[in-house]
Amino acid sequence: MHLQAKRLSKLALSPVLMLLSMLGTAAWAEEAQRWQTNLTPGVTELGAKIYDLHMTVFWICVWIGVVVFGLMFYSILTHRKSLGAKPADFHESTSVEIAWTVVPFIILIVIAFPATKTLLEVYDTDDADLDVMITGYQWKWKYEYIDPNGDNVSFFSNLRTGKTEIYNEDAKGQHYLLEVDEPMVLPVNKKVRFLVTANDVIHAWWVPALAVKRDAIPGFINETWTKATQTGIYRGQCAELCGKDHGYMPIVVNVVEEAEYKNWLNEKKSQAAEIKALMSKNFSLDEQMAAGKEVYDKSCAACHGANGEGGVGKAIAKSPIATGALATHLDVGVNGVPGTAMQAFGGQINDVEMAAVITYQRNAFGNNMGDVVQPIDVYNFKQGK
Amino acid sequence: MAEQQQTSISKTVIKLVATVVFMLFFVPLVMVPLYNVLCEQLGINGKTGGRYEVVEAGVDTSRTVTVQFVATINDQMPWQFRPTVTELKVHPGAINSTVFYAKNPRDYNMVAQAIPSLTPGRATQYFHKTECFCFNQQPLAGGAETEMPLQFIVDRDLPADIKTITLSYTIFDVTEMVKKPSVASR
Amino acid sequence: MSAHHGPAKGFTRWLTTTNHKDIGTMYLWFSFAMFILGGAFAMVIRAELFQPGIQIVDPEFFNQMTTMHGLVMVFGAIMPAFVGLANWLIPMMIGAPDMALPRMNNWSFWILPPTFLMLASTLFMDGGAPNYGWTFYAPLSTTYAPPSVTYFIFAIHLMGLSSIMGSINIIATVVNMRAPGMTYMKMPLFVWTWLITAFLLVAVMPVLAACVTMMLMDIHFGTSFFSAAGGGDPVLFQHIFWFFGHPEVYIIILPAFGVVSQIIPTFARKPLFGYDSMVYATASIAFLSFIVWVHHMYTVGIPVAGELFFMYATMLIAVPTGVKVFNWITTMWQGAMTFETPMLFCLGFVFLFTIGGFTGVMLSLAPVDFQYHDSYFVVAHFHYVMVAGAVFSMSAAVYYWLPKWTGKMYDEGMGKAHFWISFIGFNLTFFPQHFLGLAGMPRRIPDYALQFSDFNMMSSIGAFIYGASQLLFLFNVLRTILAGKPAPAEKAWEGAEGLEWTLPSPAPYHTFTTPPNVK
Repeated sequence: MHLQAKRLSKLALSPVLMLLSMLGTAAWAEEAQRWQTNLTPGVTELGAKIYDLHMTVFWICVWIGVVVFGLMFYSILTHRKSLGAKPADFHESTSVEIAWTVVPFIILIVIAFPATKTLLEVYDTDDADLDVMITGYQWKWKYEYIDPNGDNVSFFSNLRTGKTEIYNEDAKGQHYLLEVDEPMVLPVNKKVRFLVTANDVIHAWWVPALAVKRDAIPGFINETWTKATQTGIYRGQCAELCGKDHGYMPIVVNVVEEAEYKNWLNEKKSQAAEIKALMSKNFSLDEQMAAGKEVYDKSCAACHGANGEGGVGKAIAKSPIATGALATHLDVGVNGVPGTAMQAFGGQINDVEMAAVITYQRNAFGNNMGDVVQPIDVYNFKQGK
Repeated sequence: MAEQQQTSISKTVIKLVATVVFMLFFVPLVMVPLYNVLCEQLGINGKTGGRYEVVEAGVDTSRTVTVQFVATINDQMPWQFRPTVTELKVHPGAINSTVFYAKNPRDYNMVAQAIPSLTPGRATQYFHKTECFCFNQQPLAGGAETEMPLQFIVDRDLPADIKTITLSYTIFDVTEMVKKPSVASR
Repeated sequence: MSAHHGPAKGFTRWLTTTNHKDIGTMYLWFSFAMFILGGAFAMVIRAELFQPGIQIVDPEFFNQMTTMHGLVMVFGAIMPAFVGLANWLIPMMIGAPDMALPRMNNWSFWILPPTFLMLASTLFMDGGAPNYGWTFYAPLSTTYAPPSVTYFIFAIHLMGLSSIMGSINIIATVVNMRAPGMTYMKMPLFVWTWLITAFLLVAVMPVLAACVTMMLMDIHFGTSFFSAAGGGDPVLFQHIFWFFGHPEVYIIILPAFGVVSQIIPTFARKPLFGYDSMVYATASIAFLSFIVWVHHMYTVGIPVAGELFFMYATMLIAVPTGVKVFNWITTMWQGAMTFETPMLFCLGFVFLFTIGGFTGVMLSLAPVDFQYHDSYFVVAHFHYVMVAGAVFSMSAAVYYWLPKWTGKMYDEGMGKAHFWISFIGFNLTFFPQHFLGLAGMPRRIPDYALQFSDFNMMSSIGAFIYGASQLLFLFNVLRTILAGKPAPAEKAWEGAEGLEWTLPSPAPYHTFTTPPNVK
């Protein structure tokens, strides 16, 4: 039924589509996505098999539909009282009834074979080249690349779309709600095993093009796998209702050539080492002010204003938090304010950045607190000291 | 006639009420324990069994299995918690041991419970823990750190196609739970 | 209340009545009110989804709307509507003077209005109404729930109690109060489907009650049934919920099958084809409903053997369901059909429910479900079976039996308009949702990526049309009651068969005080 209607709707829309495509070929790809009506075969062999199974069953349903609805509409059109039809009297036929019990049963058995085969493949997580642990948080993802030598790389992946786009104050970008600050990076043509779990409630990690969807369950671990055969950026979303911002925890996977992946991974590792080194450093007020301004403009200015005058968020200038106890200020920055737009930045920016931006907020915009926050202070605060 | 009907209605109602009561208690008293047994047997959610008594069966040195360790810290839990090694290459039948590092950064005593989960699920019945910090709740004084031991054997009968086993621990803060013992602590 | 006293006057009549017709009427009006309330929630959802971005309600309230929409529609609108039909019709169809347990009948209705008042009041509480989806998965509904969860649990208990009492009553009536000669295999199909539904209810409503009780214990009494920290398991919650939830789906749809099996023969002027196989198919569906629940949770990490078992069992459901559809179509075959409003709604039902059945077969296949699961494809699928299934058949039933209930005839033109507007609105709402789901839109999100904009806008427009058409329905029913033309004395429909059509219209307050003799 589906596809017929789909074709029809496409047919009806085709003049519109053509007109739009004339505006530029770049618009064409976007248009195709915009009117996407079917499952994607994606970029994995398994995804292509799933797609084939989907289409097979779909066409079987269409043909059954054509026969069943054909008979129904034929009957509706011809066996009418207004056409002088006289009702027949039959009301049972054992042979017919047996036939339409047995025939669907046989069709189902035919479908069951490829379905079983594909399912077994979905479950075949053996011989992976790479293991990535995925942890769902309210409302972001944490990715941890497991290293046999213990040198794991881990980071959070947050929604990048700003509140102003969500609340219609700014125009929405092309990848509205499907963009993150740090995507997962995977090598092409490598079997990647995902270990999926959650930190708080149940989430589900879903990327259609990679043919992966698994529930992330707090306390328990699930596994699944993918093997992308084409480089590119693939997007997905959390698929299990997980609270307020369930709609705002996208997934972006950047599949790259292996060499590029290795570079990226090494860079991540050295970044981590760098931050570790900076953790023990003492910064001067001037250093923190300069570094803090950069972080502020990137992460805070959108809501709190370029000069701390406030906006969606409260004003920072003369604010009781920025001019009050340091612990409270750190708490707001690290843990956010529940029930408001103020997010917990503790997992989003590192301790070095946090120390700089807190220092900046306490000493800019006429807030002359004079205190310098060091990375170790943020670390200790997070550790509850 | 009418009285007869009343009696038969009462009989029907009694049977139905009995069914309702049965189903009401069937779930928590039968289905829940049954589920837990099934989980351990079939490896649903990677639930592993309790303490395993060592049976001397010899070490199978002809193959090696990779056992991976991962750790998750649940929601509000402030502890640091991680495996000291991310993976071990072991022979089926051998007794292996490792430790997990834990630190309570708060300035007060806390109690933690680690929940194990193993994947792939069909490996659970071949993974035996002879000693595990997850068997008990783990108290830790404020500011203290510790190394928590784990000892395990991978069964010789582990299917040949399983080459990697991942053991995950999620650590939960049960300090409050310990303070007020529940009416039906499970 | 005997005939020489007649019904009491005023409000007391309704509060104290034990008459199955009064109680049926109250159930029907109550469920319609809930249908409008649940529909209003749906309108809020669709209005927010009209465009990407947040315009009308914030994400937190949006989650409350999806949750309340589901709860109110399932437990407040559809289930009570069919109980209302059962109350009105079962005694009249089997030749009984009333339900077997008339006083309990009064109770099972009067529990409902305060229950739903309480549930609706959670919208005004601190922390808001339930926001964890109508499937209320732990731990979102336990550790992370707003304080109103306790009221929600209490409301579920009361709804369950009402349903259990209602179904005990129906079983007791059907088993014990059939007129002489009314053997089981002579019962109208509506009675059969309800008898089987009632058994399902008796079996699974206690499971739901146990489930929410375990939640309550986890929240307030320190147990850990559903929390891994204390040795419990959040996935266990899903097993218990769906062990109730899947039979619940058939609780909703089986009476609809019954209604359609009554109406199609009337307007085809031909007896129902394959009566016996209809009964067996209904029983098979009921049986299968107990062994397929895991198909709602293919992605939680079930061992592959379990996944295969539940996949095969789920696929099997297509067989008895197919038998039913084939029987309905063969009933029409070589009949002498006319197309009054009830028939139109039944034809709409067969057509759209079958589409829902096809997507059901697609969803049953575990490997493909990994892509469909929790997407709008699922939303489209279950609205095809719930709305085009249950709600269309309810509309058909109201038009069909309204002349019997009120003694007056509804306006045919307006009825047909209601059908066609509903049909178009419904398809415009839910057909594009198949596309959205396949293209990757998850369900229960308040805001979406730009490529989903066009189909969402269509869907919202369709929803407003469908919603508005229900006001036409309300107007038509009210107009019939207040100013309808008198209906024909007994049979409102030329082809109607069954004991209820041997009674005068409107049906007197007391009927079959002496049992009729069924040949």
